Amino acid sequence: MKRLDAGRSHPVTFRLNGRERTGHAEPRLLLSDFLRHDMGLTGTHVGCEHGVCGACTVLIDGHACRACLTLAVQVDGRDVETVENLAEDGVLNDLQQAFRRHHALQCGFCTAGILMSCTDFLARNPRPREADVRDMLTGHLCRCTGYTGIVRAIVEVAEQRSGSTTEENEHV
Amino acid sequence: MKPAPFDYVRATTRDEVLTLLAEGSEQVRVLAGGQSLMAVLNMRFAQPGLLVDITAVEELRRIERRGDTLVVGAAVRQAELLAWPGLAETVPLVARALPWVGHYQTRNRGTIGGSLVHADPSAELPLCLATLGGSVVLESRRRRRTVPADDFFQGVLTTAREPDEVLTEVHLPVARPGSRFGFREVAMRHGDFALVALAAEVRGDEAWLGVGGVADRPVVRRMKPGAALADDLDALAWELGGEDDGHASARYRRQLVRELGYTLLTETAP
Ligand code: FES
Ligand code: FES
Repeated sequence: MKRLDAGRSHPVTFRLNGRERTGHAEPRLLLSDFLRHDMGLTGTHVGCEHGVCGACTVLIDGHACRACLTLAVQVDGRDVETVENLAEDGVLNDLQQAFRRHHALQCGFCTAGILMSCTDFLARNPRPREADVRDMLTGHLCRCTGYTGIVRAIVEVAEQRSGSTTEENEHV
Repeated sequence: MKPAPFDYVRATTRDEVLTLLAEGSEQVRVLAGGQSLMAVLNMRFAQPGLLVDITAVEELRRIERRGDTLVVGAAVRQAELLAWPGLAETVPLVARALPWVGHYQTRNRGTIGGSLVHADPSAELPLCLATLGGSVVLESRRRRRTVPADDFFQGVLTTAREPDEVLTEVHLPVARPGSRFGFREVAMRHGDFALVALAAEVRGDEAWLGVGGVADRPVVRRMKPGAALADDLDALAWELGGEDDGHASARYRRQLVRELGYTLLTETAP
């Protein structure tokens, strides 16, 4: 049982986007700030800092979580994935491309968080109903799009990835 | 919007947690999923000297059936319980209500125990525990005690937990044969705290109605489905009172108790 003192920085070693990284954090440092300021990954955005807006959503051990409600020291030994991990060699992945096609973003402030939620959600729900997609999206605030394009993009990617069209989804 | 400084310990056994609480109870806060506490810390409503993280304590991460009780460890995440295969048969009310607890993303981290100790009067899990007549286990170096929901919830964000105690187990009564359950909620946005949440258990001609979001804690009353139901609901609405806030008036909340209560008890009855 190790007590991490308040005033000091402590090493945090974790997997970040597939690579082992070590940074230093005071106990009170939020994961969102640690990723942005210490790891230099500014793709994760910070809106409300109390869990409401979803802009800061990242994957911790594969599960979509609020980085603003997580301490940096809590991810020691864990696996964290951020939006920077989605594109490969500068090519947007299928989800990102679908967002672009369907005008699922305008200013893009909310987008990183939504993409990370979708990454987890589609892995665990390969054939979601549109209602499930909308339910998952209640955890995000987008002030630009009105959500319709976002829903379309997600449903389309779900269909492409699972190679099926459900009847319910045809008329989205 | 950044927390004030605190020491941090990632505990790995229940013993460690109890020791740390015994040493400096007033200054210590137990951190489980953090979906309520971290927001409270970010806003500096609380400034503890030490945070004890219990999410890595294996013995608090179990879900197991013991006779007529489903025992859920304090550090079990809401998403884990929701995905537990026997949930819909074992405690159908919780299976119905859990999708209303926070959002997909917050259920991934938020715990059952954490939601109960936070004791927000409009939260769904306290309402379920109260309606089912469940209980929680509180442990400290001094003792281990089982506290029924009725005694546990004492007001807005207030419980019977003493500063050196930690909630270790949640005891949910397994559904008795012939019981039917229902859940209804009205919120500004699915996943937000309820303006009014209602839970019901109906068995034969007996019924229990739990109401969250109106009084300062979940309130459960025995109801009689039948001719007098509307009058009984009206009496209950006045008894609960409710308060105006930025989201809804007390009057609207009372009306939801009458209307939604009637709908829920009618649809839940066989
Ligand atoms: S910044 Fe984390 S939810 Fe808004
Ligand atoms: S694209 Fe601007 S907030 Fe969503």
